[in-house]
Amino acid sequence: MAKLKADIKSMKSLPDANGHFGQYGGKFVAETLMGPLTDLEDSYNRFKADPDFLSSLRRDLNEYVGRPTPLYFAERLTKDIGGAKIYLKREDLNHTGAHKVNNTIGQGLLAKRMGKPRVIAETGAGQHGVATATVAARLGMKCAIYMGSEDIKRQSPNVFRMKLLGAEVCAVDSGSRTLKDALNEALRDWVTNVDDTYYIIGTVAGPHPYPQIVRDFQSVIGEETKSQCLESEGKLPDALVACVGGGSNALGLFYPFFEDEEVKLVGVEAGGEGVSTGKHSAPLNAGSPGVLHGNRTYLMQDEVGQISATHSVSAGLDYPGVGPEHSWLKDVGRATYETVTDEEALVAFERLCLLEGIIPALETSHALAHAEKLAREMRSDQIIIINLSGRGDKDLMTVADIKSITI
Amino acid sequence: MGRIETCFENLRSKGEKGLITFITAGDPSIENTLDYMQSLVDGGADVIELGVPFSDPMADGPTIQRASERSLAAGTDLSSIFMLVRAFRERNASTPVILMGYMNPFERLGFERFAKEARASGVDGVLVVDLPPEESVPQNKILTANGIRQIFLIAPNSSEDRIKKVGELAAGFIYYVSVKGVTGDKSISTSNIRKSLELVRNGTRLPIGLGFGIKTPESAREAAKLSDAVVVGSALVDIIEKEAEINAARKSLESFVKELKGAVDA
Repeated sequence: MAKLKADIKSMKSLPDANGHFGQYGGKFVAETLMGPLTDLEDSYNRFKADPDFLSSLRRDLNEYVGRPTPLYFAERLTKDIGGAKIYLKREDLNHTGAHKVNNTIGQGLLAKRMGKPRVIAETGAGQHGVATATVAARLGMKCAIYMGSEDIKRQSPNVFRMKLLGAEVCAVDSGSRTLKDALNEALRDWVTNVDDTYYIIGTVAGPHPYPQIVRDFQSVIGEETKSQCLESEGKLPDALVACVGGGSNALGLFYPFFEDEEVKLVGVEAGGEGVSTGKHSAPLNAGSPGVLHGNRTYLMQDEVGQISATHSVSAGLDYPGVGPEHSWLKDVGRATYETVTDEEALVAFERLCLLEGIIPALETSHALAHAEKLAREMRSDQIIIINLSGRGDKDLMTVADIKSITI
Repeated sequence: MGRIETCFENLRSKGEKGLITFITAGDPSIENTLDYMQSLVDGGADVIELGVPFSDPMADGPTIQRASERSLAAGTDLSSIFMLVRAFRERNASTPVILMGYMNPFERLGFERFAKEARASGVDGVLVVDLPPEESVPQNKILTANGIRQIFLIAPNSSEDRIKKVGELAAGFIYYVSVKGVTGDKSISTSNIRKSLELVRNGTRLPIGLGFGIKTPESAREAAKLSDAVVVGSALVDIIEKEAEINAARKSLESFVKELKGAVDA
């Protein structure tokens, strides 16, 4: 393995006191948000060490979300690909059908303890919106979800779900009408209603302390995976593969393995129509560092620093930035980042349906597609674990559209 | 002394309050903005703030968001804004010009290059909305070395500690955000901010400009009682959006600014 440009023993100690991961991260927000972010940081630091908070979180994850999720050996897929043993970490089996709820349960409990009666969130594919609306219903809080009008069209079942759960879904018509614009609008709501409102960010991006909070709540994925793999295989996996939009499911899986240098960490970005076409959402592969949504990170931007339009078949990966910790992992060489096109993702989507009886989310299908390539190059005694971050029910319309099928 | 200091010094000696006017550069074109800047001056504006358009203006309300979109559609970037200020300086040597925008376009150009070109074209100060004092020490050094005043925001919920931190780095004036919210949002409530303004007065000797949510001569008059200057933005951008014809827009801008200036001086 290439020599890391960071001390492996201290990898898990970031962010530093100012919220930086190397040169990335930080708090790039208008003054009005600095106070609320400091309050959030103080509350989070208090509650994350509070046994009472941690036991409510544990209880909710077990009894409401359905954790631990299985680590499933995909035997037919393994045979078909012909290489490493492929395991799937079944985050799709969580309540609400994706990993997103691990974080919303945590932040929902935090909001409740901070005495905020209202929560807001941004959503792209709708999974984080549904997970937020779910938690708000359960905890008896008011809830508003910001969603780009383009995404509302692409993800109508999730929009209906959020409404059933009592959330107000606010369509965002500015900019590219996708996730980044929903995030802008949610920040505007928060800055205006900060006294009674908690903003549940859904990914490991945004200003400090959000990247840390979301990573910590998602780390349950990697912690379970580690002990499950040791139990069933008696050793650690050789590679972990996860899709990366903002990057919360990937970081949740990777973080507990940071110091296990022999475990390869691979994030997969949306290559859209191909990175060379410019129509993609792959900032780590084809972007450059900049500042957006409160943090410094790799971004898709033009030569004068305007944020570029992104493209992906999966709304959840359609984002021009990425969590700052991923930018840092890329630069220090602890993780590598690959791309998968829309088309490759769809092939992997179908393969998993047919071989394993599991309909994966289109986001997740990107991880599957790359993991298949990787598994082929590995020996049969090696182990690769894919984060099966979400189920694909929400994508049925999109897939039917692409195949010109009327449901 | 730079133009900003001279401007506030003059206002003080005359016993006047300042009027800071904001429009987005390049909305709907750089040529129009040059004319609009003249109208603002003719109406009595003391300082001109030019918005640097950004694709994701998180702290702005819909009015300035749309102005940014129009400006970007016209191809505005920092180099065309430098040209604009250069052209303005050929007619006007004294009115301070401040650029206000978001971090990424400045960082992309590089602060060193930004500061030098800004200085050379006649820009006096810069306010980077999403660059709080904690993150801006290296940039502040570069700007200061090049004679560009870095202006900071202070909000009603800024702690005493933070006000002090801002006081250490800020130059030109303090931009006090009078409401929790985005630009052009709900109207200002002066009673709520009196106490917090006192803290600012104790923490810095810089003049205080009060902005966000000031839309009418009446609210400008109230705000001027608490501050050294009043910032009006969205209400002017609104005129530019509604008046497609440039001469009509110029006339409306000038007469509205005249009203505002009359109100802050009253």
